[in-house]
Amino acid sequence: MLNLLGDFIGELRAAGIPVSMSEHVDAARAVEVINLGDRELLRATLGATLVKDGDHLPVFNTAFDVYFSIRSWESAEALLGDELDTDQREREGAAGAEGHGPSRGEGAGSTSMSAQELAELLFRALRDGDPDAMRQGASEAVSRYAGMEPGRPVGGTYYLYRTLRNLELESLEQRLLAGTMGANPDELGQRLARDEVTARIEHLKSEIEREIRERLVEDRGSEALAKSVRKPLPEDLDVMHANREEMAQLERALRPLSRKLAVRLARKRRRRRRGPVDLRHTVRRSLSTGGVPLDLRFKPPRPAKPEIFVIADVSGSVASFARFTLHLVHAISSQFSKVRSFVFVDGLDEVTRLFEGVEDPADAVARINAEADVIAFDGHSDYGRALVTFHDRYARDLTKRSTVLILGDARNNYHQAHAEVLADLHYRAKAVYWLNPEPTSYWNSGDSIVAQYAPYCDRVIECRTLRQLEAFVGELA
Amino acid sequence: MSALDPRVELAQRLGLSSVPPVRFESPEEVKKLLAENDYLSDEAIASVIYLADRLAKPVLVEGPAGTGKTALAKAVADSIGARLIRLQCYEGLDESKALYEWNYRKQLLRIQAGRPEGAGTEEWHDLEEDIFAEEFMLTRPLLEAISASDPVVLLIDEVDRVELETEALMLEILSEYQVSIPELGTIRAKQIPMVFLTSNNTRELSEALKRRCLYLYVGYPTVERERDIILSRVPGISSALAEQIAQVVRSLRTIDLKKAPSVSETLDWARTLVVLGRSEIGDEDAAATLHILLKYQSDIERATKELLGRSRPVA
Repeated sequence: MLNLLGDFIGELRAAGIPVSMSEHVDAARAVEVINLGDRELLRATLGATLVKDGDHLPVFNTAFDVYFSIRSWESAEALLGDELDTDQREREGAAGAEGHGPSRGEGAGSTSMSAQELAELLFRALRDGDPDAMRQGASEAVSRYAGMEPGRPVGGTYYLYRTLRNLELESLEQRLLAGTMGANPDELGQRLARDEVTARIEHLKSEIEREIRERLVEDRGSEALAKSVRKPLPEDLDVMHANREEMAQLERALRPLSRKLAVRLARKRRRRRRGPVDLRHTVRRSLSTGGVPLDLRFKPPRPAKPEIFVIADVSGSVASFARFTLHLVHAISSQFSKVRSFVFVDGLDEVTRLFEGVEDPADAVARINAEADVIAFDGHSDYGRALVTFHDRYARDLTKRSTVLILGDARNNYHQAHAEVLADLHYRAKAVYWLNPEPTSYWNSGDSIVAQYAPYCDRVIECRTLRQLEAFVGELA
Repeated sequence: MSALDPRVELAQRLGLSSVPPVRFESPEEVKKLLAENDYLSDEAIASVIYLADRLAKPVLVEGPAGTGKTALAKAVADSIGARLIRLQCYEGLDESKALYEWNYRKQLLRIQAGRPEGAGTEEWHDLEEDIFAEEFMLTRPLLEAISASDPVVLLIDEVDRVELETEALMLEILSEYQVSIPELGTIRAKQIPMVFLTSNNTRELSEALKRRCLYLYVGYPTVERERDIILSRVPGISSALAEQIAQVVRSLRTIDLKKAPSVSETLDWARTLVVLGRSEIGDEDAAATLHILLKYQSDIERATKELLGRSRPVA
């Protein structure tokens, strides 16, 4: 057990979840006192002792399913061992055989049912919300459609895709909806029915995914598979290369992130320095200690807040990065005395007004695409032109309290760099930072001209993930 | 095995005469006892509570507001017949409010009252001993929980609101179940209390705190569990209505809202519908009572549009 636990923790660490030595010890102690025959109890136990952040739970669950898959459960039990009494084992074994018996022999599974029968089975399972039937259907579907080849080093996404495509879930969904819609004439009822169907189909999908994973574990072993299904934590996702699903994850992660950052900065600012002694308050407090001022009171400090100018490239390749940064900066705009935002492709436009009076910066960010006027010529990024435009119109607004943030990959499409403009901006402002969403190794390759601008920036920072972005913005305030 | 048992080890360290008996035999028993106290737990919750007792470790409960984190601690206290001691955290909470404070006024009185003519050094020494006795101390929740001799459950609520420094105050209690007071020495727990910390995740808690706790994430319940919660907490509701309410709430939570409805708001809504004598929810009822579930005007408008397919709520 200890070896298995060690491997499992190794996997968690590899996936980015910090597990300390003492947490490892806690987990080892905890498994001593639980009934190891109960898989969900083991999951809860390891979760409670090893994972200390709700956002990490999905990653933990994936790893758990791989390392302690239902199929390998019996063999795992043998490893776990001696504490398990025999009747417990028998009961578990019986339940296991019952639960996924039909899927045991793959050959038998695929021939025992025709496509129509399978579709019918799934339809009934979905209609009645019957979890056992769903599990059985999922297993049948995988045997039939996934076409899994042993030994291939894949994570199963492809198998999932194949199974789902062949199942034609859309038509199943239509049938289910047709069945339930008639009964509910009003809008709310229909919406509820739709959501219920969607939830059940999601459940089926997750069953299929689990089934595929289980078979892969059987085929290739936990360790190899864990590596292929390992997903980075949301804050470690590469913003520029995120797919649509990961993008949604990032969006979700951003809001709590910006809220936490705002709280942290507000605290830091309040604590950073005490103001002068507040005499009135101190004297009042001293009355309860016989006029002796034991308890000094201070006036709140009033530190200067920086002024931020954000200049963001919103052309296709780096648009999402710019959106996240604008969102984050505006979410903590209370930490700055002023935030002005500019976006460009080859023309430049100020978008500060979009953020004014908006409760949620995400709304404003969404409007940028539609409302900002950023294309002057051909719609390819032109950093030189954008900087010149910025310099012409807004340079006189820069003071020694202003910090300029430039966001972009500095891929200039072989236009002129106009680095001398940046030199003047640097001279006028307190600081100029350049955030580049590309890995450092790509800088200055192809049409990237980071090196030409770098001398006039206080720092050029690689900023590929939310974690890096948060760290930088936190420093700024 | 017994040498490794964390309860035995802790009892020895605290110098208890006997190892306190385990409160729950199994996660199933936790579930049953909590259900008797109107708290419907699930597998994960029951398992973590069981472990917390078995390993004598505090539980850090995290999750969105209104999903029953505080209620869980209360239910546990009720189910084991213990007194609940609650420390509500806020910004600026310090040692003197969380742990203990010397009662200056009483000490001053004692000094003034006990000053006979020509008091010598000896008497001063006695006096000094005297005014730093427990009699002159105001115990605050943390110390109270440690020094209690009856069974207690300590709830440190919304621990994410205190500053990092104050968090450090709690570390000694969380890992050793003891408090060190410079003038008095170390006060050890007379029993092993159950400790719950709740957090709404407004800031990252320190690694040190997290490491000492078991972690429990309480998210929004599944439709089935939410329905059961409604059934158990709202008297006189039909199961069809409860089911429908749970479904509406689930649908609302999938919409991108500023504040998704919490379980407690769901219960309020269910009670309202029962008082109104509804047996099912129509479009009109939903539009008229949505403000119980949602607290922002923009959310109400968006939800009305999404769920009921119209742009303005009915006045």
